[in-house]
Amino acid sequence: MRYVDEFRDPARARALAACIAAEVQPGRSYRLMEFCGGHTHAIFRYGVQDLLPAAVRMIHGPGCPVCVLPVGRLDMALALARRPGVTLCTYGDMLRVPGSRKGTLLRARAEGADVRMVGSALDAVRLAEADPARDVVFFAIGFETTTPPTAAAIRRAADRGVGNFSVFSNHVLTPAAIMNILEAPAVRAIERVEIDGFLGPAHVSVVIGAQPYEHFAEEFGKPVVIAGFEPLDVMQAILMLVRQLNAGRAEVENQYTRAVTRDGNAAAKALVAEVFELRRSFDWRGLGPVPYSALRLRAAYAAFDAERRFAMDAPPAVENKACECPRILRGAARPTDCRLFGRQCTPQTPLGSCMVSDEGACAAYYRYGRRARALEAAQ
Amino acid sequence: MKDLDSLAGVVELRHGAGGRDMAELIARLFVAAFGEGGEEDQAVLALPPGRVALSTDGFVIAPLFFPGGDIGSLAVNGTVNDIAMGGAEPVALTAGFILEEGFPLADLARIVASMAQAARAAGVRIVTGDTKVVERGKGDGVFITTAGVGVVAGSLSLSVRGARPGDAVIVSGTMGDHGVAVMATRAGFDFETEVVSDCAALNGLAAALLAAAPGTRSMRDPTRGGLAAVLNEIAQASGVGIVIREAAVPVHPAVRGACELLGLDPLYVANEGKLVAVVPPEQAAAALAALRAHPLGQDAAVIGAVRADPDRFVEMETAFGGRRMVDWIAGEQLPRIC
Repeated sequence: MRYVDEFRDPARARALAACIAAEVQPGRSYRLMEFCGGHTHAIFRYGVQDLLPAAVRMIHGPGCPVCVLPVGRLDMALALARRPGVTLCTYGDMLRVPGSRKGTLLRARAEGADVRMVGSALDAVRLAEADPARDVVFFAIGFETTTPPTAAAIRRAADRGVGNFSVFSNHVLTPAAIMNILEAPAVRAIERVEIDGFLGPAHVSVVIGAQPYEHFAEEFGKPVVIAGFEPLDVMQAILMLVRQLNAGRAEVENQYTRAVTRDGNAAAKALVAEVFELRRSFDWRGLGPVPYSALRLRAAYAAFDAERRFAMDAPPAVENKACECPRILRGAARPTDCRLFGRQCTPQTPLGSCMVSDEGACAAYYRYGRRARALEAAQ
Repeated sequence: MKDLDSLAGVVELRHGAGGRDMAELIARLFVAAFGEGGEEDQAVLALPPGRVALSTDGFVIAPLFFPGGDIGSLAVNGTVNDIAMGGAEPVALTAGFILEEGFPLADLARIVASMAQAARAAGVRIVTGDTKVVERGKGDGVFITTAGVGVVAGSLSLSVRGARPGDAVIVSGTMGDHGVAVMATRAGFDFETEVVSDCAALNGLAAALLAAAPGTRSMRDPTRGGLAAVLNEIAQASGVGIVIREAAVPVHPAVRGACELLGLDPLYVANEGKLVAVVPPEQAAAALAALRAHPLGQDAAVIGAVRADPDRFVEMETAFGGRRMVDWIAGEQLPRIC
């Protein structure tokens, strides 16, 4: 497949692996966080970790939108789906995530709720237009990548006067989460953040550009290399991070030059700014409340805001205090350090964000225990 | 019965009520297509010598008609294949229909004709059946249940428990064609693809394989859950590990493309005309040659090997050069957001 196989070429992978191995300094460790679930997916799917020297350890970050959505918000969506007359639309991988009483959207559907999987937010607007008697709600989740399409759907609904369409916004912001990982005072008080550098998001950066990362590269002295989602992208970015760390640099570099610019997509950013505004605070599963880290609809679009329309109350966050996700996500603990791991917290009954999707650190440990431990022993 | 003659009408409750209308439907549609059944409440079969293999399967699919097949051909081939995977030669099938009131008779006739054709191609008879009609809204057009009987000759014994370290793992062709073909036609996925379902009867292919590699340990058709599910079933039941090579797994380029687009993994996508065989190493070459010589096995490939592993892991050496776990799928495979 053109434009795909080129970025998965095993010969180039071996060459890059040799370069990384040659650059790694003896006795030094390189703890690199890939923020995005897309990168985590690529690392698992292609077995990238196997090609890296033991000194390079990848820490899987909170950039999986399904994982970081707090249970309370999912419970709100479940309650919405069960309202008579409501059709709840969302992306596929949200359907299986259990809420606080283990109910999922799939189960709600089995019990009679009208829950639909859509491939795009605009599909939800089309559903609303096709069936004016239903209240169609788009359960919107995701980072800066999926926000512009949601904004476009809201604009489309506004332009065409689709009165039975609304959005339950759970869109969150990448830079705010990275900042939180680096500076959470509670964590800094206990121990330092065990992350040496960041693999910057691919698709998110297409939208927001490279510029937003400059602040914390400088402020926290952590290098950031924006990387594409193909496995060679990931390896090249790792090489670039290792070189920065060796040279004592902490800069924002862009590996994903074929798609990311410094300023990002101006049209998409303008559209998002027109429709959305910042929330003062938003709960993240695994991180807790993070200030200015999420978006809600502006007052001008209140008619399309499901939270206003259905007078939805946000339940308090119900993070289990014993959950070690905050430390795991900061590279300060391993899944097996957590008292809940494999006991109360399993892939079937996830308590923390790292157990929710297959790509979370805890879920990977749980499923592939022996292999994960073997890899770790090798490091 | 003008409706039945012209096939202009729809299924009505009277077609399942046990009276003359039902008898007419059976005679004019089912018996006419299958060439037998209809009069007696049972079929009496003379089977060749050997042990009897029995299997049954229910078929529910949306859409009913898809590129490369329909619920009818699927219902015949699905049960034929389940029997053939036990090393049995399928002999006869039964067919039970649950029809929804209002279902177009013309569509039913198409499905029945497709079943008859699939049965002929597989060399099996459809010998008896059943028809029920449910009220509108209580079915999804048509559900079909087939059961089949076949005969295992001699002392042949295939089992999912049979895999031994060192055995070769072979697939008979490209993975994921059926699932992608069906998904592409479903509402909500706006893409077109040239992929057609691989829906086919595997008894001929299985017989060719067994003739060339009589030591074959196990055969499975990787339907729901795809190749990954079958490999895990074998590893679990046999108490072994399996390592496959991604580069060796045949995948049609259009299937790869569709999977890229939707965020799916071809290893988990359903097939309806492929088999996975575990063969002792000394017979692997003969098995592969026999599969490739058959029209349904031209893309056959050795994709990996069985090894000793108390953890019973299925792993894959990725084309990229790394290694990953190939786990069971949890629930239905759903497109990823990011």
